[in-house]
Amino acid sequence: MPTLDVHYFAILREQRGQSQEKLTTAAATPAALYEELRARHGFTLPGNRVRAAVNDAFVEAAAPLRDGDRIVFIPPVAGG
Amino acid sequence: MDTFRLSPQGIDPAALQRTLADLRAGACVTFEGWVRNRNEGQPVQSLEYEAYAVLAEAEGARILAEARARFALLGAAAVHRVGHLALGELAVWVGVTAEHRGDAFDACRYIIDEAKARLPIWKKEHYVDGATAWINCATRGDHGGAGAMPPA
Repeated sequence: MPTLDVHYFAILREQRGQSQEKLTTAAATPAALYEELRARHGFTLPGNRVRAAVNDAFVEAAAPLRDGDRIVFIPPVAGG
Repeated sequence: MDTFRLSPQGIDPAALQRTLADLRAGACVTFEGWVRNRNEGQPVQSLEYEAYAVLAEAEGARILAEARARFALLGAAAVHRVGHLALGELAVWVGVTAEHRGDAFDACRYIIDEAKARLPIWKKEHYVDGATAWINCATRGDHGGAGAMPPA
């Protein structure tokens, strides 16, 4: 199973209580990993409102995850 | 020179505008986003911007390049604040130059609209009553169109 470097921002960072963690998961995609983490940490945002970036580039929810990837879950943005 | 950057320090619009100086330009359009004292009826005391810096800067650069491709621009620059901002502070600045005003107005609008929609930047409002909320992060059961947290 891949070990990932997961980073959290904004509402997810606050709900997780930390900004990053390393974890080993059976989840094969960002969507599956988010559901796993949402169940574990009680994230209020549903998966369909969260985007993902892997290694600092936006990816699709069904993109593959590989050992060592840095993954960031992106809550709805509000710049400007 | 197109530039997009995040700034933890206050934005100086006059200095930024000088970086766009170009004798070929007949138009310079700038946009300033300010921290206002109300949002959706609630009195706001201050706000915080948090950014996923590496991706925000890459996406910001893409937006400026798109504006270059769509409009006849001579220059384009944008800066977005991060950190804790007081009422009245400048949160975002966009400036473009072009030979003619039509392209400058349209490109400036394009850049700020895309920046708001796409940059991985988040805004937390601090209200006068002590409550806070992450904007656009509301889920069912929250109030006020924001991801609401009780007062600290």
